[in-house]
Amino acid sequence: MERTISFTLNGKAAHVKADDERMLLWVLRSDLGLTGTKFGCGEALCGACTVIVGNDAVRSCATPLKAVAGKRVITIEGIGQHGLHAIQQAFLEHCAFQCGYCTPGMILSAYALLLKTPHPTREQIARHMEDNLCRCGSHVRILDAIEEAARAAKAGA
Amino acid sequence: MAESAIVPGEMKRRDFFGAAGAGLFVFFGADLAEGQEPGRLPGRQSGPTDFNAYLKIGADGRVTCFAGKVELGQGAMTELAGALAEELDVALDTVDAVMGDTDLCPYDMGTFGSMCTPLLWPAVRRAGAEARAVLVQMASERLQVPASQLQVQAGIIRESGKPSNAVTYGQLVEGKRIERHLADVPVKAAGFKVIGTSLRRKDGPDKVTGKAQYAGDLLLPGMLHAAILRPPAHGATLKSADTSAAEKLSGVRVVKDGGMIAVLDERPDIAVAALGKIKAEWENAPAGPDDKTIFDHIQKTAPQPRVVGQSGDLAEGERLAASVIEETYLNSYVAHAPIETHSATAQIEDGKVTVWASSQAPFQVQRAVAAALGVPAEKVRIISRYVGGGFGGKTEADQGVEAARLAKITGKPVQVVYSRQEEFFYDRFRPAAVMKIRAGVAGGKIVLWENQVFGAGDREANPFYDIPHKRVTSAGGWMGGNPAGMNPFAVGAWRAPSVNSNTFARESHIDTLAMKAGIDPLEFRLNNLTNERVRRVLETAAKRFGWKAGHAPSGRGAGMACGMYSNACNATMVEVVVNRGTGAVEVKRVVMALDEGLVVNPDGMRQQAEGCVIMGLGYSLAEEVRFRNGEVLDTNFDSYRIPRFSWVPKIEIVLVENPEMPALGGGEPPIIAMGAALANAIFDAVGVRVVQLPMTPERVKAAVAKA
Repeated sequence: MERTISFTLNGKAAHVKADDERMLLWVLRSDLGLTGTKFGCGEALCGACTVIVGNDAVRSCATPLKAVAGKRVITIEGIGQHGLHAIQQAFLEHCAFQCGYCTPGMILSAYALLLKTPHPTREQIARHMEDNLCRCGSHVRILDAIEEAARAAKAGA
Repeated sequence: MAESAIVPGEMKRRDFFGAAGAGLFVFFGADLAEGQEPGRLPGRQSGPTDFNAYLKIGADGRVTCFAGKVELGQGAMTELAGALAEELDVALDTVDAVMGDTDLCPYDMGTFGSMCTPLLWPAVRRAGAEARAVLVQMASERLQVPASQLQVQAGIIRESGKPSNAVTYGQLVEGKRIERHLADVPVKAAGFKVIGTSLRRKDGPDKVTGKAQYAGDLLLPGMLHAAILRPPAHGATLKSADTSAAEKLSGVRVVKDGGMIAVLDERPDIAVAALGKIKAEWENAPAGPDDKTIFDHIQKTAPQPRVVGQSGDLAEGERLAASVIEETYLNSYVAHAPIETHSATAQIEDGKVTVWASSQAPFQVQRAVAAALGVPAEKVRIISRYVGGGFGGKTEADQGVEAARLAKITGKPVQVVYSRQEEFFYDRFRPAAVMKIRAGVAGGKIVLWENQVFGAGDREANPFYDIPHKRVTSAGGWMGGNPAGMNPFAVGAWRAPSVNSNTFARESHIDTLAMKAGIDPLEFRLNNLTNERVRRVLETAAKRFGWKAGHAPSGRGAGMACGMYSNACNATMVEVVVNRGTGAVEVKRVVMALDEGLVVNPDGMRQQAEGCVIMGLGYSLAEEVRFRNGEVLDTNFDSYRIPRFSWVPKIEIVLVENPEMPALGGGEPPIIAMGAALANAIFDAVGVRVVQLPMTPERVKAAVAKA
């Protein structure tokens, strides 16, 4: 059904008039021009399209627009708006990317983890990240980076 | 944690490129030597002689590096910018890189075969060295000081002892092209500031903030997204298509052109939904092989074998052998499965066609687009700035041609982004392969080696062991030229083409021979090997791993393999735990010693090796494309499993210093020995030999049950 859906996007009010059954991924990318959120598989199997809704990491390719009405949505463009976020900084330090295509989804998945579990063990991190796929094989560095970001947050707290 | 170490070696860094005279013009010859399919070679286009092709210095002193190769994630952008920073004596932060743009960059045939480091990198260095020498000469004239009394630091040329008498690169060049040239300027031989240090990636800030723009991220005014009707199977033909329901949708446009039926809309998901409204009837593909019958099929349909290695006399080898062992090894089709699917955005303005394409070979795409549109190549510009993984699978870019055709027809910019299903369907898979080996040992020495390779291709089929009587043949391969129907779909280069299959077979068989001879596999390899570099990586890896001499199966689950590719060599040692009940293999630890010649960027090299270990787990243990009668049954990541966080072992990469050897490509060689090292470790753990990749739980379980 075409209607106006209102939600908070990266800290600002957003009002989108669209078929509310359309998936958030495409609304973000083509209607709102936020292309940092990537298409990878279209079936919630790879995690490239991960964004934050409320406090959760969700797969935007399988999240209809109507599901975010009144919610807080954060995309990769929304974190680190005033200087890099600790997770982004740690990804840089550890060179936790190669092609970079899965990276926004990885960072937002990690963001959701640290929201709920600020001091995760390495096993908790690996378990949380399990369904975010990286084909270049940066896994070890991604785990290192998330561990470091958690430590940095702890030190800063 | 990945741990790394550098084994100290002689630190005398000499520059081989300058000494050997290799450089700007070797692209074509080097590719032929690699066995590139002749039919797909472009017309001869030599590399530029003018250093201006590779670099530009702005009025502000910022340097731009131009390279026709593509940043696929392997770090080429950083490495090439580093080459200029080194030779020009400027900070890496002040060097930008423009890559994969056919209008701005010098011709390049494609980013494959691990050639960035051995071929382009030295060319860029030489360009930087010549430019620096020219700038010093210009400064000498401007400052009225002999060149010998000038010093260069951070792009500023100063008089020694009188630093106020100075001029910057930016002031000398004023953003113009440098017209002066000097012959035979040597590159730096010592005193490196950049080479040999771990560099912070230049693409990092774009990638962690989501600003990195891939081919499907362009948003042009009026742009349409296309969804294209695809057959259900390779070989299926369209009988009829009723597009009337799609055409009725508001805003949706249907285009039929030369066999292509496309649905376009301003929003990609709407285009895909509209495509679903087309009622298409297909004539089934003719019956063909499936993933179980393919191995017989390949042997029956393969072309005449070529001899790729021969010495001595096989009959004499048979006579000498105390025991002869024969085995047939199999390898499956695997997909490249980059997370970014093939994507392109095309725009035509005033007769100029611009296509942003995820491609490893923009100059090849340029020719393909020009041919499809019937325009000269100079009217086509391809831009491949960031590509979301390639691994050999983005050499062709049919989606770029489709986008350009649709842009021409609609008069609007058009974007084509493959769905995951299209990505699997149109992938040019690594070919399935059969390797038959018959080999004999006597007194701890290999005396006989007869190897018939079908389907894999011939790279590294000829063993580097010292074998007096051998014959190696190869029939068909990844690079085309196979008889029609040998492979039921297109095949192509997959990270280290041919070599994963050939190394798996050879190194599995070496372990079996060692067991037969009653000798520890490390000792057996060293007994039969005079290649000093391979010996050194084996010994280095064994030391780091803590290899314990013994006879397999020891129950420990330790395995090794070694290999060479593109002149780089590695020894890989792994530790596994095998669940006899389920057949599941858990990899605990991987130690890899690598000889990559002069290591330009140690952290970059380690990262490539880590990536190879993880991707190697995929093709060794899980990845296999299932198909039947032309239909590709794996269409997404639910059934086609690629490595995940829980699979990742402890990885230890040891870079063996070998600065006497030129820098070698690092994106492919570290992956080649994973299959055999794991097969040998599984044997060591449970005493069964798995001869088919991937070694899935089902196959391991079946092998255990059979034993």
